[in-house]
Amino acid sequence: MSALEFILALALAKGLVVLGLLLLMRTGLVSFGQGLYFGLGAYSAALLAHRAGIGDGALMILAGPACAAAVAAVLGLLLARYREIFFAMLSLAFSMILYGMLVKSAALGSTDGFNLHAKTFAGIALPAGGERRVFFAVSVVIVAIVTWALHRYLASHWGRRSAAIRDNELRVEYLGASVYRVVYVNYVIAAALAGLGGAFAALAVGHVDPETTYWTTSGEFVFIAILGGTGNVLAPFLSAALFEALRTVANQYAPNVWQMTLGVAMLAIIMFLPGGLWTLVRRKAA
Amino acid sequence: MKRIVRAALLACACVLAAGAALAQQPIRIGAVTFLSGPAAGPFGVPARNAFELMAEMINAGRVPAPHAAKGLGGAAIELVIIDEAGGPQKQVAEFRNLAQRVDIVIGYISSGDCLAIAPVAEELRKLTILFDCGTPRIFEDASYKYVFRTGPHATMDNTAAALYVLERNPNIRSIAGINQNYAWGQDSWVDFEAAMKALKPGIEVKTSQMTKLFAGQFGAEISTLLSSGADLVHSSFWGGDLEGLVLQGAPRGLFQKHLVVLSAGEPAINRLGSRIPDGTIIGARGPFGPFAPDNELNRWFKNAFQERYAVPPNYASYKATNALLGLKAAYEKAQKAGAASPNQDQIIAAFENLSFEGVGGPVRMSLGKGHQAVMDNAIGTARTVGGQLQIVDVKRYPADTINPPEGVKSEAWIKSGFKK
Amino acid sequence: MNTFLAVVFDGVVYSSWLFLMAAGLTLIYGVMRILNIAHGSLYALGAYVAATLGGAWIAAGHAPAGSFAMLALATLLVGVVMGPLIERGLLKWMYGKDEIVLLLITYAVFLILEDAIKLVWGVESKMLSEPYALPGNFQIGGLAYPVYNLVLIAVAALTGLALSWALYYTRRGKLLLAVIHDREMSAAMGINVDRVFLVTFSLGAMLAGLGGALTAPMIAVSPGIGVEVIVLSFAVVVIGGLGSLGGAALGALMVGIARSVAVRYWPEGELFIIYFVMALVLVARPRGLFSAPEARKL
Repeated sequence: MSALEFILALALAKGLVVLGLLLLMRTGLVSFGQGLYFGLGAYSAALLAHRAGIGDGALMILAGPACAAAVAAVLGLLLARYREIFFAMLSLAFSMILYGMLVKSAALGSTDGFNLHAKTFAGIALPAGGERRVFFAVSVVIVAIVTWALHRYLASHWGRRSAAIRDNELRVEYLGASVYRVVYVNYVIAAALAGLGGAFAALAVGHVDPETTYWTTSGEFVFIAILGGTGNVLAPFLSAALFEALRTVANQYAPNVWQMTLGVAMLAIIMFLPGGLWTLVRRKAA
Repeated sequence: MKRIVRAALLACACVLAAGAALAQQPIRIGAVTFLSGPAAGPFGVPARNAFELMAEMINAGRVPAPHAAKGLGGAAIELVIIDEAGGPQKQVAEFRNLAQRVDIVIGYISSGDCLAIAPVAEELRKLTILFDCGTPRIFEDASYKYVFRTGPHATMDNTAAALYVLERNPNIRSIAGINQNYAWGQDSWVDFEAAMKALKPGIEVKTSQMTKLFAGQFGAEISTLLSSGADLVHSSFWGGDLEGLVLQGAPRGLFQKHLVVLSAGEPAINRLGSRIPDGTIIGARGPFGPFAPDNELNRWFKNAFQERYAVPPNYASYKATNALLGLKAAYEKAQKAGAASPNQDQIIAAFENLSFEGVGGPVRMSLGKGHQAVMDNAIGTARTVGGQLQIVDVKRYPADTINPPEGVKSEAWIKSGFKK
Repeated sequence: MNTFLAVVFDGVVYSSWLFLMAAGLTLIYGVMRILNIAHGSLYALGAYVAATLGGAWIAAGHAPAGSFAMLALATLLVGVVMGPLIERGLLKWMYGKDEIVLLLITYAVFLILEDAIKLVWGVESKMLSEPYALPGNFQIGGLAYPVYNLVLIAVAALTGLALSWALYYTRRGKLLLAVIHDREMSAAMGINVDRVFLVTFSLGAMLAGLGGALTAPMIAVSPGIGVEVIVLSFAVVVIGGLGSLGGAALGALMVGIARSVAVRYWPEGELFIIYFVMALVLVARPRGLFSAPEARKL
């Protein structure tokens, strides 16, 4: 798998998480804790191989979102009541609690994490050295399906209700709809997407570690979301790819000041493309 | 007559070969080490400095024997340096990128990065030399063909420390620890505690403080240690945390009330100097720095480094240097076996089970099926003499007394009482 | 009893440190609705400048006691230089934007400052232990504590009191409170909101710098010390209620004592104790401890 393929694979995985963020942002919420589900997805995929001895890629890809959604179903009951900064900080708190638990666990390798190998996919043995290519191909297909599904969801009346909640929650309540229910469902969907992204990332990298649940990872997702803008379901993938490329280039050409380079690039984008990168595409089309 | 002609022909051949060798393609080596963040100061930048210095010296042929030949088997080294910051996921992406641009990769201080990179190096079939990371898991949990580690792993830090402590203080009855709450700190404490308990069963653990990485402030932790009544306090702290521990603990009497062991404390010697209280036991993760034997190679290295960078080399610099020296020795061994311009497989074959003279002493690639290095270790005690910090009462431990034998996992080996 | 006193004292010391950080952050958020991630860098700057000034002072042969004055000078410099620089130079042009975008802007500033600090000061750690060691130790139940801890507590308490007095009893302070409560209305009533923003941000920067300058003598000032501080201060601010100084104080106290107890009796739990406390508080009081009831606009 070449470096470019790898960057694209990671971009797809992260793009999925950001897609979930897009859904939440369209509902008026910003989560600083998607790292929780990203990490859960990665670890549940990895633990299948590590503990249960199941080396099947398809099962891992299913385990990620399943585990994430299960946890979100519980946490969402609490979180759906919060808004704005409190939603953000509470989601951050939960992701940091998971981080603490993972760091404490010597069995899971603490901060070193552990490696995972997937030998088969849906029962079919994979060619040695070609596993990552297969997962990349699979991820492209699944991402396409999921993105299309979310696009339909956003256009549906449930999606429009979400937008209404972002605009004026109180009015939606007065009109008789349940804000809580919409927020809850959106939260679980976003979590499942993050879990799926986590599983793909774990398969692409071959290694999991608690850094995925740390708040800086969640912050990175939020940044990618703003970078792309919430205009279109394709924007997350575009900006995730650009972010990965940007970071690699900054590290390569300015290894001593890559943080500054990234910061300046961020400022430039925020100042000149306030709607996110997608507005560039929109303008061209128009 | 025949002899003279033969000698002349040989001389001509040598000159031609040397000329051809120096006209060879340079060997591009990717060096990955921390250039930003808290690990840059104590490890990343000292390692980078060593890489740059040694690459230049090796290319110029100015390294003393046995490394006096120019370049790597005659070819010049070209370094490409990148930052190790960002976590394993990012480093895997960087590695894939780097692998396309360089012939060999040397790097990685963080164990998490090493664990993630090793399988990728194997997948990409890129010769990769890990120079610093401590976890023994790399070659104990898996085998690799393309990955080598020229630095001894962290097991010997704490086994040697435990041996040293008990040899000099056999009446110790209780211990306490203050370590960073991440894999390095946790593993160090587990190793030390297990070693102490194996060597002196019945020893009591009063408290094990696990501080948040880079917390920097340890008021409450030091209070707890001071109240614990432990005879000894162990710490694998490094960098800002270690400096904070000394700055905050010394005035409060932490080092007077307890015997303090700093298993990876050597880099602090240059930073804190006489602020480290007398009697503190210090390890250097190998025979580095003040523990390096006094021979020509080591004297040259210390002087060259100090002259260039105005500070003495610390153990990160030593380990970085040994990665380059080991690679060079492997190249030369492969050439002696007949390959004028060795390819990767030939270098790997030469590297396996290699023994070479490194800075700090001999290095033997004798674990991990010939891929993991062992060295002796040395532990000493700090004493300020005439305003300068000296390391006195040094004890050396041969490699096989403090490293597990081939095929035995470190944790099990320590628990068994260091069974050979 | 002695253990109890030690645990409480350790907690109060940590709380004082947290309060200094959280106070600036909560003010900036309260007035400007900006979550200032660059707060961490300003803290680091305070520490670095203090270490440099203090080091130069001592190297020039002056009395070590004067290094305290250097700490104050560093604080002032950070507030007076960085405050207007960031606020006028960058933030002013961005006020209309979404809160989350402003947060990202401060994150970008944080990244830039981190590398800027590295470029200026290098990666080696800087130490300034004179102010810490000079006042000596005192005892609590047989345990030696540096008197410097008392200095820290005193400065935090004084700062808190001074800020409260300035906010609630001076005219300027009340104008600031008005802006916190309702920016639009304040502007409509003729308050120079622009000026209030500048003053608030500079004040917040100064408080962050103060936190850093006071911490510098205790630690080795090295790259990255700003990162952890950010999340800790945020958590305290959220616990206390955004924009509330009293909340920041109470939140800091709760977190400090909880942490001290954890360190003594459950050391590995120290890693997540602050998030537990935050989650518990938010469950009980969803907008933090001292939050003004917000009128919902239809």
